[in-house]
Amino acid sequence: MKVVNNKVKSIDGLGVMKGRKAFTDDFAEKDALIVKVLRSPHPYARVVSVDDKLALELEGIEMVLTHKDFKRIPFTRAGQGYPEPSPHDKFVLDEYVRYIGDEVLAVVGINDSVVEKALSLIKVEYEVLEPVLDFETAKDNQVIVHPEEEIHEMFDIGFKPKRNIAASYGMEIGDVKKTLEACDYVIKETFYTQAQAHVMLEPHTVNARMDYQNRLIIYSATQTPFHVRRIISQGLEIPLSKIRVIKPRVGGGFGGKQAIHGEMLVAYVTYKTGKPAKMVYTRKEVFESSYSRHPMRIEMTLGADKNGVLKAINCEALSDTGAYGEHALTVFMVTGSKVLPLYNKVESVRFVGDIVYTNHTPAGAYRGYGAIQGNFALESAVDVLCKKMDMDPIEFRKLNMMKEKETSPIFEIMGEGTAGTAMIMETCKLDECVDKGMELIGWKDKYPRKESENKIRSVGMAIAMQGSGIPYIDMGSATIKLNDDGFYNLMVGATEIGQGSDTVLTQIAAEELMCEVEKVVVYSSDTDLTPFDVGAYASSTTYVSGNAVLKAAKELREKMLVEAARILGIEVDKVGFDGKEFWDEESDKSISLVDLSNQITYSHEQKQLQVTSSYVGHKSPPPFMAGFIEIEIDKETFEIDILHYVSVVDCGTTINPMLAKGQVDGAIVQGLGMAHFEDVKYAKNGRMISNDLLNYKIPTRLDVKKLTTVFVDSYEESGPFGAKSVGEIGIDTPPAALANAVYNALGVRITSLPITSEKIFKEIRRN
Amino acid sequence: MKIDLIVNKQKKTFLIEPNEYLLDVLRRYDYQSVRRGCDNTSCGVCTVLLDNKPVPSCSVLAIRCEGKEITTVEGIADEAEKLAHYFGELGADQCGYCNPSMALTVYSLKQENKNASVEEIKNYLVGNLCRCTGYVAQHEAIKRYLGDES
Repeated sequence: MKVVNNKVKSIDGLGVMKGRKAFTDDFAEKDALIVKVLRSPHPYARVVSVDDKLALELEGIEMVLTHKDFKRIPFTRAGQGYPEPSPHDKFVLDEYVRYIGDEVLAVVGINDSVVEKALSLIKVEYEVLEPVLDFETAKDNQVIVHPEEEIHEMFDIGFKPKRNIAASYGMEIGDVKKTLEACDYVIKETFYTQAQAHVMLEPHTVNARMDYQNRLIIYSATQTPFHVRRIISQGLEIPLSKIRVIKPRVGGGFGGKQAIHGEMLVAYVTYKTGKPAKMVYTRKEVFESSYSRHPMRIEMTLGADKNGVLKAINCEALSDTGAYGEHALTVFMVTGSKVLPLYNKVESVRFVGDIVYTNHTPAGAYRGYGAIQGNFALESAVDVLCKKMDMDPIEFRKLNMMKEKETSPIFEIMGEGTAGTAMIMETCKLDECVDKGMELIGWKDKYPRKESENKIRSVGMAIAMQGSGIPYIDMGSATIKLNDDGFYNLMVGATEIGQGSDTVLTQIAAEELMCEVEKVVVYSSDTDLTPFDVGAYASSTTYVSGNAVLKAAKELREKMLVEAARILGIEVDKVGFDGKEFWDEESDKSISLVDLSNQITYSHEQKQLQVTSSYVGHKSPPPFMAGFIEIEIDKETFEIDILHYVSVVDCGTTINPMLAKGQVDGAIVQGLGMAHFEDVKYAKNGRMISNDLLNYKIPTRLDVKKLTTVFVDSYEESGPFGAKSVGEIGIDTPPAALANAVYNALGVRITSLPITSEKIFKEIRRN
Repeated sequence: MKIDLIVNKQKKTFLIEPNEYLLDVLRRYDYQSVRRGCDNTSCGVCTVLLDNKPVPSCSVLAIRCEGKEITTVEGIADEAEKLAHYFGELGADQCGYCNPSMALTVYSLKQENKNASVEEIKNYLVGNLCRCTGYVAQHEAIKRYLGDES
């Protein structure tokens, strides 16, 4: 391979570094109306009345929008395929507000200062209601977060709003109780994972205008432009054909931009007034009023026989979806479906639980998507079990973990919101990942710990898996067009959000068309101009959209060969092609690609060669990895210093090894954030305390010492040039690896995230 | 009210509100490379050079910049191009929302200390957050950029 699996530079790095217009707000109209939201100061309240008289008298205020301005159409902001597996439980604006930060009303005016003035002049009378703030008491609580009658599920997801249940799920293979009774060793631990904020550096941003054809043009910093178009059409009853969503460059998403945020209000204002409008979330709004990761309680029971064979896993979980049920069911299911198959030799496995409503900021999609929560619980529990059995945790994993050509019955039973898809692991190099990781971290010398006078150094590890798109649901498409002078346009619905998908998809096209990357001009994610793609989520872009690009490139090559055969006057199967030149295998006749493209554009039998292809996965081959951490803990303060993180990843072929490494490095640091630094904290009254970057600490460059990220050789036949996904897998292992390292250092088991010095101190005190 | 600023070596008159921050004024006048990440100096995305020193423009009142020199990434285009080369070579760029601000801060470091070690780079850039890359590749790229005498 010449282009694929090579360190090709990002195609857009130079322009972005030079500060050229690229991001959503760079394209806002200069005279765009400013849309700002008045947000609820109460965790749960009914809006009794709004007095906006003084606000409307201000010069420059265009309108004040309340729930009375909108038809009551329940929808979900989740940004998923249709029908969504999330409950339709949200209105553009509602009489009820369900968390501190929820939307009460919107003010629209000509500039920031007048809109802010207006916001301060509006008086809202609330009937303050008792909130549900503890997710462990939310189910069947007398306070009901969603009492309204119009809300509904699209298909059976276990939606029982009168019981504060957004969704439920349960499955059992074998008989867990019976298997556990027969086990020689059984352990049970309860784990808690916290809400984590995405902290993409570009806040949620949207702007809109009507164009000269009187169509609504929306620029949105979104991971899912086609879903945005559909949801806006449904929520505002604007014909789909009237809406164009353009996704410019996006400044990070991590799942946070899968859902729609300001789009509905801005679209409404522009459609109603005919004037351009825009909205940029403040950082406080990004924290308080978008969504974060689902906090969970996970009870994990493991049973093994005397030979160290894991026989049963019982996982009972509870997830907090906050005020709205975005991704409630599907995140929860991934906690089982992309975690439990890691140990596929079990006789019985059970996964069951509810996702409940509370009056906190909603939870939603976030890189890892339930797998990081489940991985922390399972991979911590495995070390607890090993301790009980007095078995080496690496030896245990090697004995019990998934191996190549094996499967798990879970794949067939659990999908995302629906049943799953059976599949064999055609590629699974976990054993190699573990061996290589041990070597790179120096496990044999360092496990479990080394003590000096004031410090203890220790190591810990965990294994993980993810998926590559959602089989039979996620669809990606690509259009490739041959231009005169022999270069190509590649149009993809796939959504570049900073992860490098434009570069990677260009490489795939260039490889198949046997040309340099520079000959392929990519344009992504514009609902008028590019073919459909579900968007950037579920680790689908390289695998699903990449397969669509490969298919399109193959078909275009076939078409070019037909044209070359016609021009050369020979049979198609006699045409040779090297990316630049077509020739007759049996004579010295030839024509260059440049000449061919010019001829069919301008002079003989003119036509446009263009192909559109789509791809839907028939399986979701998981990438696998082993993560190893080395830490140093201060014996007095229990301060944790993360010295080194080793990631050994099987993601199939790395289409671009540099960008793949960037995905893993970034995800590891974000995972370390969840493991050690980050915590969305609420005061007792339901107010988010950690609502800015001073109170919510993501890892800075001083916190990152050494990352070693390597890829093992692996070739997934079903992937484009052998690739699986790599976007999410990196985030999963740090929480459990750190918990295990802390245990190896001090003999205390921290079962709640983040793992902090304070928690270690308390745990040591308790013992 | 009117103020004069020297932006990228060009003197211009700006019409501003007395309570407006430099970031908002620059964006309003179409310097779109200066971007907002937060509003309390904690992310570094809005960095510009004010009389050659990196400052967060989200928290500098425009009125206090009267007569001062402001440099956005367009003012150091050649240096940004060099840095982009090393970022590309090491896969250190992802979303790039913070990259123009990073280029300005790194350029400023280069004026002060061309031989900065990785530790010194980290300390100098600690106010420039990045959520995409995990930082490590950036530091290697910045080191190479600092050593580039061309």
